[in-house]
Amino acid sequence: MESLGEIKSRIEAAVFGAKIEIMQNGSPSQQHSLLIDNEHAVAVARFLRVDPALYLDFCSNVTGVDWLDRVVKKTTKVKKIVDGQEKEVVETSEEKIPGYLEAVYHLYSITHKHGPVIIRMRTSDRADGTHLPSLTPVWRSAEFQEREIFDLYGIRFGGHPDLRRILMWDEFENYPMRKDYHEPDDYEWEPTPHDDVMEKAKVHYPPRPEMDGAEKITSQP
Amino acid sequence: MSAVVETIEAMERPPLSMGSRLEGELLEVSMGPQHPSTHGVFRMNVALDGEIVRKLKPVFGYLHRNHEKIGENTSYLGSMPYTDRLDYFCSMTNNWAYALSVEKLAGIEVPERAEYLRVILAELTRLQNHASLLGFLLSDMGAWGTPLMYAFREREKILDLFESLAGSRMMCDYMRFGGCRVDASEEWLAGAQQIVDRFPKFLDEFEELILGNEIVIGRTQNVGKLSAELAVNAGITGPMLRACGVNYDIRKIDCYGFYPRFKFRIPLGEHGDTYDRLMMRALEMRESVEILKQAFAQIAPGPIVNPKVKVRAFRPPVGEAYGRIEGPKGELGFYLISDGAPNPYRYRVRPPSFINLTVLEDLCLGHTVADVMVILGSIDIVMGEVDR
Repeated sequence: MESLGEIKSRIEAAVFGAKIEIMQNGSPSQQHSLLIDNEHAVAVARFLRVDPALYLDFCSNVTGVDWLDRVVKKTTKVKKIVDGQEKEVVETSEEKIPGYLEAVYHLYSITHKHGPVIIRMRTSDRADGTHLPSLTPVWRSAEFQEREIFDLYGIRFGGHPDLRRILMWDEFENYPMRKDYHEPDDYEWEPTPHDDVMEKAKVHYPPRPEMDGAEKITSQP
Repeated sequence: MSAVVETIEAMERPPLSMGSRLEGELLEVSMGPQHPSTHGVFRMNVALDGEIVRKLKPVFGYLHRNHEKIGENTSYLGSMPYTDRLDYFCSMTNNWAYALSVEKLAGIEVPERAEYLRVILAELTRLQNHASLLGFLLSDMGAWGTPLMYAFREREKILDLFESLAGSRMMCDYMRFGGCRVDASEEWLAGAQQIVDRFPKFLDEFEELILGNEIVIGRTQNVGKLSAELAVNAGITGPMLRACGVNYDIRKIDCYGFYPRFKFRIPLGEHGDTYDRLMMRALEMRESVEILKQAFAQIAPGPIVNPKVKVRAFRPPVGEAYGRIEGPKGELGFYLISDGAPNPYRYRVRPPSFINLTVLEDLCLGHTVADVMVILGSIDIVMGEVDR
């Protein structure tokens, strides 16, 4: 299979205006990936699927990744004049990297028996801009997996035929795979008629008169 | 007299609502999750026209425990026993897929004997998975008891082997990063070889009993046909893909483990119907037996674990890796992202039976309710893996 650089230049030649970036992977697996821009994602995916040399007809794995807002501290040595003398001073600067959600697709070719080509898309942020184009029209295997990402990460895939929660129940409100998710103390709790009845009863009946104090033994000093 | 006649007439007159129903009003039925032939807690919402399925929506999540989140909060090794619970029929192959991914992530070599042991255990797993699947499938068709017990008799022998090696029948927790946990003794290998040598006899008997059976043929041929294009596009893997005639076996493609050292064939189907999927399992078992025979002949003494791998404070370098194997149900993959910490930043399972369910609706449309159960059985799902 051709190298990622060649694939990148061929995509850019075929899809007008597509911005592709090669993401390096430092692990021994050496599985580098292509970051594609959301606007041209479907066109790029179509190209990868149809191009006779690549023909990535099998989308194996689709998954989401949550990257939180990060603060990267950088220390730089700067030469400054302090008290008339030139000295090296260590300055720390903080750089804020806004968080985003990522969808990662692992593509293989069953016809040519090569792969994986890994493509990824990023949302603009983690709150309101969690929209990505769906690649289900290109590879149907993404159907349930994109639903799962929507369910667990909250990425809204535009153009998905049936975007509903899949593993969690429909009334569930949060996105449990996000890194800042805190699980509730009690999943089962919900306001029941019983609680309302209790509240009404409290208003309706006067509080129980105090007994002779036997029940207060433990609270006595 | 006349009054009696009038009442009979009134009774025989069809109720007013019948008219529209006869014209094909759809009836929505919820099949499962508590049904023996849904293989666990799987539910399908089915719209029926009489007995014919017109619409089918699978409903998941009854066994969801957010396996991936738990994996992200546990150390790398801590997830190993938890992978057993994914597809609880095939804990050995789950272990292998996970170990393979971590080995890719951290660049770990595996000693020769451990690779052979892995192949042996994975193929034994394939044998018992396929055997019990055939039993379950026939049970779904109404061949109640006997075929399942025949299959379980063979499965039991293999599970006994697992127990004597790993200490547990189903939750084996056997693989480690860079090797295996315990070595197999010569007696164990001899015992395993004996069971494998006798396995073709069971297959002959089983195939004669079942695969030529008129009822089985009638219930499976031309039922749930899957085209090769749809199968590839929908990410179907494993025996279900090969039943459509697509020659794609990760053992041959990725050449992981020591599979290139073994001579074996890939059985392929022609029609992609339920009968082909059933046959695929029977034929794959024969090839697994061939692989096992070669593995028993080739395995040599040696170390079973790479001594360079840290057991405590195991931290793979920063990066990501996707490793996959040909599990008995299809492509089982693990996608891991490491940020240098002792637990993975992202831990993802690519469950084959979950993705194989993508085409369930396409397979079932136009068939009867009874066929849905057969088609579902031939997809081979385990809810521990589907819902995770």
